[in-house]
Amino acid sequence: MAKIDKSFVKVRNLKKYFQTGTQIPFLKKPPAVKAVENVSFDVFKGETLGVVGESGCGKSTVARLLIQLIKPDAGEIIIDGLAVEKRGGISTRDLRHRMQMVFQDSYATLNPRMPIEESIAFGPISNGKKPSEAMLESKHFMDQVGLDPNIYLHRYPHELSGGQRQRVNIARALAMGPEVIILDEAVSALDKSVEAQVLNLLTDLKSDLKLTYIFISHDLNVVKYISDKVMVMYLGEVVEYGTVEDVYNSPKHPYTEALLASQPSMDPSRKLKTVPITGDPPNPINPPSGCKFHTRCPKVTDLCRTVNPKLQSTDNVDHLTACHLASNVTEVDVLNAQKGLNS
Amino acid sequence: MSANINKPRTYWQSVRSRLRRDPVTLTCAGIIIGIVLLSIFAPLIAPANPYDANMMKRLAPIGSPGYPLGADELGRDMLSRLIYGGRISLIMGLVPVFIALIIGASCGLVAGYVGGRTNMLIMRTMDIFYAFPSIMLAIAISGAIGAGIENGLLSLTLVFIPPITRVSETITVQIKSLDFIDAARASGASNSRIILSHIIVNALGPIFIYCTSLVSVSIIIASGLSFLGLGVSPPEADWGLMLSTLRQSIYVNPWVCALPGVMIFTTSLCFNLMSDGLRSAMDMKM
Amino acid sequence: MKNNSKNIAPTVLSVSDLKVKFVTPDYSVHAVNNVSFSLKRGEVLSVLGESGSGKSVTLSAIQRLLPKNITSVEGSIKINGEEILTMSARRLNQLRGGQIAMIFQEPATSFDPVFTVGQQITEGIRHHAGCSQSEADKKALELLDLVRIPSAKDRLHNYPFEMSGGMRQRAMIALALSCDPMILLADEPTTALDATVQIQILLLLKDIQKELGLSIIFVTHDIGVSIEIGDRIAVMYGGQIVETGNLAEVINDAKHPYTKGLLSSTIHANSSGKRLHAIPGSPPNLSNAPSNCSFSERCEFANETCKNTIPDNVKLGIERFSRCLRIGVWE
Repeated sequence: MAKIDKSFVKVRNLKKYFQTGTQIPFLKKPPAVKAVENVSFDVFKGETLGVVGESGCGKSTVARLLIQLIKPDAGEIIIDGLAVEKRGGISTRDLRHRMQMVFQDSYATLNPRMPIEESIAFGPISNGKKPSEAMLESKHFMDQVGLDPNIYLHRYPHELSGGQRQRVNIARALAMGPEVIILDEAVSALDKSVEAQVLNLLTDLKSDLKLTYIFISHDLNVVKYISDKVMVMYLGEVVEYGTVEDVYNSPKHPYTEALLASQPSMDPSRKLKTVPITGDPPNPINPPSGCKFHTRCPKVTDLCRTVNPKLQSTDNVDHLTACHLASNVTEVDVLNAQKGLNS
Repeated sequence: MSANINKPRTYWQSVRSRLRRDPVTLTCAGIIIGIVLLSIFAPLIAPANPYDANMMKRLAPIGSPGYPLGADELGRDMLSRLIYGGRISLIMGLVPVFIALIIGASCGLVAGYVGGRTNMLIMRTMDIFYAFPSIMLAIAISGAIGAGIENGLLSLTLVFIPPITRVSETITVQIKSLDFIDAARASGASNSRIILSHIIVNALGPIFIYCTSLVSVSIIIASGLSFLGLGVSPPEADWGLMLSTLRQSIYVNPWVCALPGVMIFTTSLCFNLMSDGLRSAMDMKM
Repeated sequence: MKNNSKNIAPTVLSVSDLKVKFVTPDYSVHAVNNVSFSLKRGEVLSVLGESGSGKSVTLSAIQRLLPKNITSVEGSIKINGEEILTMSARRLNQLRGGQIAMIFQEPATSFDPVFTVGQQITEGIRHHAGCSQSEADKKALELLDLVRIPSAKDRLHNYPFEMSGGMRQRAMIALALSCDPMILLADEPTTALDATVQIQILLLLKDIQKELGLSIIFVTHDIGVSIEIGDRIAVMYGGQIVETGNLAEVINDAKHPYTKGLLSSTIHANSSGKRLHAIPGSPPNLSNAPSNCSFSERCEFANETCKNTIPDNVKLGIERFSRCLRIGVWE
């Protein structure tokens, strides 16, 4: 891939297992949850990468790994050519000046005993800025996210609505002067009428400040709206990656297809009649062998049950998928055609 | 822009307004303040010298002239002794809890925030103390190091460190798991700064409330120690000790003999109820 | 009207002028203000609203589940003509879990973790039908088959934590159906579920509803879900139903600025590239009794009248109402 050089955030073979419980000597080791396995992707400068998947697919773990809230077991995170926590790279402390994160729960992420002003100034002060200067600047950031500093500066989190609190969280991220912002379900908890306001704000900030977003959400429509590229995850692995147009218009992985088909239609005359896919996502402590999706896949073959497919290009080099069927489309078609003739 | 614009109330304002509507807590706080004032100004308020014995007036009934609350088995004025007794009882109630709060809360904060082996070490050490009931532990320590106020204070402090540590550890772990700690870490704050400006502020309230409930326990255990002769020694006026010495006279003049008990009961009950009231006033969804 | 059997189906539940007020020394909340609606046999009513719109409170009021000491409930709630609000506790208990059943958002906490799913379902059946254990077992098995739990026989012996979220929600539906209810109250039952599981549960509910002729009130904040499940829809805002009617009519031709705004601010498959039409401001503060149109603060069409008059229901068709003073003017 020649485009790799352009990538601003580059992630290679990221891996994180969580141990369940503590190990007691002489007893069997408790099972590990394979939260993130072999995840690689690129984000270009000024682009928005959407990450979608169901709960437990590892999308939030990826976010926390990126900003080093938890340490990866293996893999590389490179930002602007500098490897994170590697010799000759960038330290976690410096990373947080370039990358920031907005969390889902706007209330829980603000200290209930701290006025808004201080919450916004907290990051810069922690990093050595003079408190008076940082407090002054927090007004500017409140303006930037559309909160009137004259009204809200000295308010406490519980005095704001959900949408206003999420604006404060965005202002707090901006106060660190980042180039990349990870938005982990940042609009999911908001009411629809407020969600649109915050999404508009994010779009404006992105173009004004030349930001790069990594937008994590379970809402396919929102991801489609805001992203340039999409990454679909299932049980800790990337199953599909490509531009929004490619992934939404011609999904290559059966899981992506099912996910798209499971979206409510929003049209009373086109209600869904049949279930696109049956079953629940498997328990990540004990994932299936081979392709992790094979237990629910309508197109499963014997190969899928034993061999885990690699993420690779389809007919389009920039559209990657981890599916045996997508890479051997012609072969399978031939096989199916033969079956059809025989029966 | 917002529906919340019209007069926001800060947290402490709403705590105050809640307390103002809670007559039980207010009454208890009033009684405690009264007892504290009486103890501080005992020399000014007490009508007689608490150590002056008068054999003629032994066990005088309540309402005797010159002895409004009667006299004890040596004919000392009960009212004055009760007022002076509050001094020691309050010291025995407050000081051990306060010292234990400083030590226990620090241990709990460290154990909770650092986790891992440190947590294991601190908490398992505390568990050893937990193996003994608190009264037994206090008696054992006092018995080993001897009677006296200082030793009593020391043994009570040791008794209260483990529960305060455990409570503050639990609270710290809870707060540490909240998202705003992650958010603070993501904005590059150091651990000490996070503990100082995020964890302590949020943990101190609940720990403090727990400690106020321990004050009543402390007063009762201290009285118990004095009763058993392991705390204050005679002729010092202490409610527990007074109860112990008056016990023999309970058939002669039960009303007078019950007075120190009433004081212990009232004070510890007030601390307990006030602690409950504070808890419910401060524990609110914001 | 004669050929439309739906319109002549009997009304099983009617709520009129329901007002719910929470009063504590610290605050008062006028959570529900003058809500009226009716539910017919075999009908699914979607109640759509954002957080704080009063949708869940309405649902709890129907079951009389609100904490007595801090709530005041006015109005009337009738099930088959029987008034709920003044009913004896004994009769109420017969109704709850008898004619009315409820499914909750979080199946994990609605099951008792120390009993198996089978025990909890059979207990309900035995309590209400007074039948033997073996009959109850048989019925429980039928119910699990009905909600399409695979290998139902083994699943009866599972504890709730041994099931996945989707399975638990199916079991929850089975539990709700164990007493042959007539009305099912569903409070965001699919919100905690993943997209691929959510649609399974929605279609399952729809199938069961048709099969058993149930009436369902389905409360949700998700427009897509409310469209998928409903026959009729009631849109709630600030403790009031601002618009109600046939689902397709309301969605395709909204007659209240809030409904319209909600629809246009919701992102759907083809909003890409366009700026979103957001409703400015935040939801209203309900600490005072309403004295105006609750949406007037955020409504771009509001005039002075809207800001000091409580709008009445305007009838727009058969069971189609909108609470807007400027209806027809703003469109």
